[in-house]
Amino acid sequence: MSKRIVIDPVTRIEGHAKISIFVDDEGNVSDAEFHVVEFRGFEKFCEGRPYSEMPGITQRICGICPVSHTLASAKAGDALMAVSIPPAADKLRRLMNLGQIIQSHALSFFHLSAPDFLLGWDTPPPQRNVFGLIASNKDLARAGIRLRQFGQEIIEILGGKKIHPAWAVPGGVRSPLTEEGRAKIRAWLPEAYATTKIAFDLWQKTMETHQREIQIFGNFPSLFMGLVEPDGTWEHHGGKLRFTDSSGSIIADQLDPQKYYEFIGESVQTNSYLKSPYYLPLGFPDGIYRVGPLARLNVCEQMGVPKADAELKKFKSLGHGAITSSFLYHYARLIEILASIELVERYMDDPELLSDYLRADAGINSLRGVGVSEAPRGTLFHDYTVDRNGLLQKVNLIVATGQNNLAMNQTVAQIARHYVRGNNIPEPMLNRIEHGIRCYDPCLSCSTHAVGQMPLHVRLIAPNGKVLSEIARG
Amino acid sequence: MSFLDLDEFLIELAGAVDLVYSPVVDVKEYPENVDVCLIEGAVCNEDNLAILHKIRARTKVLISFGDCAVTGNVPAMRNQLGLDNAENVLQCAYIENAQNNPNVPKADGIVPQLLEWVLPVHEVVHVEYYLPGCPPPADRIKAVLGQMLSGVEPKLEGANLKFG
Repeated sequence: MSKRIVIDPVTRIEGHAKISIFVDDEGNVSDAEFHVVEFRGFEKFCEGRPYSEMPGITQRICGICPVSHTLASAKAGDALMAVSIPPAADKLRRLMNLGQIIQSHALSFFHLSAPDFLLGWDTPPPQRNVFGLIASNKDLARAGIRLRQFGQEIIEILGGKKIHPAWAVPGGVRSPLTEEGRAKIRAWLPEAYATTKIAFDLWQKTMETHQREIQIFGNFPSLFMGLVEPDGTWEHHGGKLRFTDSSGSIIADQLDPQKYYEFIGESVQTNSYLKSPYYLPLGFPDGIYRVGPLARLNVCEQMGVPKADAELKKFKSLGHGAITSSFLYHYARLIEILASIELVERYMDDPELLSDYLRADAGINSLRGVGVSEAPRGTLFHDYTVDRNGLLQKVNLIVATGQNNLAMNQTVAQIARHYVRGNNIPEPMLNRIEHGIRCYDPCLSCSTHAVGQMPLHVRLIAPNGKVLSEIARG
Repeated sequence: MSFLDLDEFLIELAGAVDLVYSPVVDVKEYPENVDVCLIEGAVCNEDNLAILHKIRARTKVLISFGDCAVTGNVPAMRNQLGLDNAENVLQCAYIENAQNNPNVPKADGIVPQLLEWVLPVHEVVHVEYYLPGCPPPADRIKAVLGQMLSGVEPKLEGANLKFG
């Protein structure tokens, strides 16, 4: 005999979701499930369209990480044309991706998650948000808002628009960095570093007071996947794929992302629109792997920039082998912000970014092309099959958040088992369970290619399926 | 997300309005007697439909926010597939593109069914104002909110009426 509790909607995430918690007769949690409840159908309705439209269409999947989609899509276009793009275009795409990592991670840390660990889990729901943070610590909130703005400005300087820039195209990009844009980015760097320093200090204090969360918020063995350079350096836009296990051992390296279907499979969970990719050689569900900041730091050996490398060393010293707690996604995000700022700074001294040789031109030279990029939340794959005229015959998108689906399900179950006893669940306990999801900073619009908004719902359901009680907060 | 591009204006806004319901706020039930609601997204599934009717009934001024809400935009592209569009898009994602357990998700009360057609917001309920853009740029949002806060009838002109 078990009962089901549903959290609906999950808030302070990107997209629509619910969580079900199953409670047995003794009042113990037997299981928990994470459900994503939006779906749009991009893979089907893009069939028949020219591949060159895809960077514009697919970035509409999402308002947080449109840049990831437009870049992965443009790269899939490069593969269909079988071209190497001009080096300046590759650097410019990378610069935009760094801006995107900064803005998206700052949003996750300051706007969405910090209200929990800075204001406290038990803060009343109406105040537990970025506006509550503004009320309690205006300077900090402003610094966080401006760090996100810095990332968004980089995107706008390059693409003319903060969200959905029409800029990356198959074969390259449309325009270079201008002198004026470069001066603006350069002038912002000191403030971006200063805010990152504040965030690291806050995070060190948070770790001291949140040892229990580190222990139970998604702390379990799994594989980790991310792009790396040939020497194992952190990558965000090129490179090849690496899988490691929780002991930190590399189990597969330098895998060609063009052939992702040889090592990644997708499984359907019928109570959610979110599919669960898995590592094919281990099968389902043993092939569970995590992607995103935590995974990228676990699979790489160094960041390739000095300040972030010093932080990476501290991060890696938190455990033996891989760092397995999903609560530490937050820490990993800060390290990636720092690395991104350092790389942006490096590009400011590179004259090639002002070059106007930015596009390779060709017809269709390959009937299938895969574009891969590290989105803020993890590895993103766009796989297009076209006819000789470049009209799409088949589209498959494997999005970062889906690859964390199995891990998110385990995480909510782990937290629920720890905090839930009996049928009456205090609201702050529900919030902790939701935070298990926030650690992954999921982008549900992306993951099911659905339109986003962010609301979680907890329902208590008897074994016969009858809803016994429903907790919708507010 | 474009709303968050208001950046520091958010801090000013925090002093002028009470944000009572939003994806970034933990309140789970849409409250009664809301003055203004910016509603984004096209109407795609049963859950969207239910919350939209609830919002309309409890809100004085509804602003259709962004091109998906105003025209249906990209999500409505599935309508072009004709009568069985919902079935077709589900088939493609959950049967053809799945190596394990190929099945269309279905769980009553948990996973909402897709609507037969994707609709813009005003085809379902009355809306007072439109705020186009994909997404609406922050300055445009600021203009409308500024007008409303100063008690002026919101009116967008020229370039501010652009889609895309």
